[in-house]
Amino acid sequence: MEHIRMPKVENVRLLDRLSSRRAVVGTLYLTATHVIFVENGSETRKETWVLHSQISSIEKQATTATGCPLLIRCKNFQVIQLVIPQERDCHDVYISLIRLARPVKYEELYCFSFNPKLDKEEREQGWKLVDLNEEYNRMGVPNNYWQISDVNRDYGVCDSYPTEVYVPKSATAHIIVGSSKFRSRRRFPALSYYCKGNNASICRSSQPLSGFSARCLEDEQMLQAIRKANPGSDFIYVVDTRPKLNAMANRAAGKGYENEDNYSNIKFQFIGIENIHVMRNSLQKMLEVCELKSPSMSDFLWGLENSGWLKHIKAIMDAGIFIAKAVAEEGVSVLVHCSDGWDRTAQVCSVASLLLDPYYRTMKGFMVLIEKDWVSFGHKFNHRYGNLDGDPKEISPVIDQFIECVWQLMEQFPCAFEFNERFLIHIQHHIYSCQFGNFLCNSQKERRELKIKERTYSLWAHLWKNRADYLNPLYRSDHSQTQGTLHPQIAPCNFLYKFWSGMYNRFEKGLHPRQSVTDYLMAVKEETQQLEEELEVLQERLANLQKSQSGNNKVKSKQQDRSKQFGLYTSNNSLANTPQEYSNDLKSFPSRSPSQGDEDSALILTQDNLKSSDPDLSANSDQESGVEDLSCRSPSGGGCLPSEDSGKDSDEAVFLAG
Amino acid sequence: LLRSSQPLTGPNRRRCREDEKLLGTILDEGERGFIIDTRSAQAAKQARMGGGGTEPKSSYPQWRRLHRALDRGRPLQESFARLVEACSDPSASMDRWLGRLDSSRWLGHVKAALSTACLAAQCLDREDSKVLVHGAEGTDTTLLVTALAQLILDPSCRTLEGFQGLLEREWIEAGHPFHLRCARSASSHARGKQEAPLFLLFLDCVWQLSRQFPLSLEFGEQLLLTLLDNAYASAFGTFLCNSERERSLCKVKESTHSLWAWLEQPEEKHKYLNPLYSHNPLVIWPSVEPQSIQLWQGFFLRWIRPSQHLEEARAEIQRLVEGN
Repeated sequence: MEHIRMPKVENVRLLDRLSSRRAVVGTLYLTATHVIFVENGSETRKETWVLHSQISSIEKQATTATGCPLLIRCKNFQVIQLVIPQERDCHDVYISLIRLARPVKYEELYCFSFNPKLDKEEREQGWKLVDLNEEYNRMGVPNNYWQISDVNRDYGVCDSYPTEVYVPKSATAHIIVGSSKFRSRRRFPALSYYCKGNNASICRSSQPLSGFSARCLEDEQMLQAIRKANPGSDFIYVVDTRPKLNAMANRAAGKGYENEDNYSNIKFQFIGIENIHVMRNSLQKMLEVCELKSPSMSDFLWGLENSGWLKHIKAIMDAGIFIAKAVAEEGVSVLVHCSDGWDRTAQVCSVASLLLDPYYRTMKGFMVLIEKDWVSFGHKFNHRYGNLDGDPKEISPVIDQFIECVWQLMEQFPCAFEFNERFLIHIQHHIYSCQFGNFLCNSQKERRELKIKERTYSLWAHLWKNRADYLNPLYRSDHSQTQGTLHPQIAPCNFLYKFWSGMYNRFEKGLHPRQSVTDYLMAVKEETQQLEEELEVLQERLANLQKSQSGNNKVKSKQQDRSKQFGLYTSNNSLANTPQEYSNDLKSFPSRSPSQGDEDSALILTQDNLKSSDPDLSANSDQESGVEDLSCRSPSGGGCLPSEDSGKDSDEAVFLAG
Repeated sequence: LLRSSQPLTGPNRRRCREDEKLLGTILDEGERGFIIDTRSAQAAKQARMGGGGTEPKSSYPQWRRLHRALDRGRPLQESFARLVEACSDPSASMDRWLGRLDSSRWLGHVKAALSTACLAAQCLDREDSKVLVHGAEGTDTTLLVTALAQLILDPSCRTLEGFQGLLEREWIEAGHPFHLRCARSASSHARGKQEAPLFLLFLDCVWQLSRQFPLSLEFGEQLLLTLLDNAYASAFGTFLCNSERERSLCKVKESTHSLWAWLEQPEEKHKYLNPLYSHNPLVIWPSVEPQSIQLWQGFFLRWIRPSQHLEEARAEIQRLVEGN
């Protein structure tokens, strides 16, 4: 609390991004963990909570007549524009937030004070939900070709790797240690994914310290061991996910890439994904496009193209596709690395795994995938996502890109994933929120030292508890799309990559489809289930009655017309009823007298002048909006009573009375 | 909501008492109306040189004129052709795709059409004002606006039957010159002077509405594609000729079959229905921000991109809703 200069400011205005005239007045509170804005309205008192960890940047803008504007940009892409009446208050809030958003100690983070009211047992159980040993066993290792190695048990060999790694049977401890000395950050080749069907595998590492001519026997032996672990193929691919130029430049610094002459039986391949700095700038440019006020179609498309964002997403996807193909179709093992093997390598390995193995497309499997390729293999969450105040050059949207790749795949294969878009968005949110302990620090070693599992809670348990919200209604484990490998089209496919407004414009509800097909279908599914259960009950009763009767009454049940029968879904039609501003100029209506000439240029229909008021999208003040009368229209189960006016003989439903 | 063509004011600022009276009777005492002119103010002014023009304020005091320039004719046809080219180019790299999409300007036309229709709808619904829409001839952009506005405002136009009725009224009977406009396709090198994909633009806008309100239209994408196909080449007489007069002269109703009758058949009808439809009595206001307007892949990439997975998804939705 010592960093908070001003815990409360009144008469603050919160501006709406799309319509700067739509502002609400309320009170701003600063707490140790959140910034909270509470609306003044007597009925609604809507609250906006923002975690300090989410704050990416704060901008104090020039004071105007209405007050001093403060713009808060968040890592989950929420943008909050406040106007604080007094300049001095604004300055105090600004200084406080600057400090609060840049914690220096882990203990300042929300996860250490967050209390979901679970007991110790439940907390532990939560952490046990995802078990990597179980996962490797599920893959089929250890086996004849792969073994578990504890050479890193005290993090003595590589401090960013986990204590347990899987290596080829023929890789002795000596080879592992020798190889680790020849790899950047000591990140030696280790198993990421094993394909039971054909023994092909995906291994990951960092770049070799080969410079222009250095060699290392143990490292060469390591790669040979990987090859030998797959008897079905006489070579392995070595995939360097960097652009060739960057990799070559690294050679001057004593690092570089594998020379095909030195390593027997490898086929080397550059894939060309740009580095973290390029990605950081790309996201920045894309967000600038999102912040444009009333952009034209051109502004938007050019801005998006200029940022290069979708091009990068495609590059990551293409790399994943290449590796998945190598494993599934050619049966060849792949060793993947970038520079340090914790960014692009993680992205590419997890995309490839997702394509290859349907398990990772289930909710549990996805959590396992992130735990495996990101958490356990030492992706630098703290540096990349700014848990603590650090070097801004280390910040980069690496896992965001992976999550977007998953979303792009979901759009192309709507039936293939057990989870929905909301699942992805919530995971991204919590990677930055530091509300749970899963994504803290830079390595397993650091997390153990901080005793994360004893002091914080697991996000996976939280998501799992609420899994009903995250299901994809179109998913069926026996559907053809969910079996086996996914084959996204490689070319032509530029147009298949869409701008993800659900993520980057997440908080601008007006931009998204106003009716959620996912929610509707989930509700349908639920009701269907309920009706089926009722049907079962009634059928049982019927069977019992039949037994006790002489049985000369026929029963036929009529095929229900689902769409008419379905009455429990409450569509949120209120959103449908709010028009946005369709014109740009800001002249009010109808103040011009008729005599002012012919050229009456663009006139605005401003919200202020409209008769009915439409404050917030979520409020239902308009007479027209509101919930339809959706009473159940016909009795469920059994059949339909023939209508009274139909003179026809109904050879349709005739059912047993009573 | 009214529609017409441009008043023939001409360079000498002619007046027509009957026209003024007609527009006068539409409005009550002291009531204001809006005229939405689908030409830019500049173009409307220039039209006077050719005998056309706009309604002068002095002669039509109760009407306020708004200009919303909507492209039609040659520029629209070029825009369409460029987009089709960009989509079918196999060598197109990711680097320049969005730039090409943008330089075709097609999505800009969609945005403009939807915005104008929303403006008309807003005048009617929020301002309780009457609206007159016209461009030059009243057969192209005018119909685009009036038909879209009705879809936005009126739930009965969103049923299959209502939509058919809307098309009959606002496009066919209103005299959109289908024969001239849909003479050839965008892939043809012979570019007829009168060709323009207005009807396609309309259906694209309808598709945008269905994407933003997936539960509110009783029909699906398949209907839109079928309508488009038939506008260009058809076994039915529904889209023949350029006007009711021509159809009557050619005895279309006596010598051809109607597309609507075909679609009505139960074995056909179910293909075109939207399984997610549930009656929505409210006005549906679309977002016209660039993020909300997307490329109609089902049409533009129809023969280019395999749609198997999307079809499977559609089948799954059908299955879920029908409760197999």
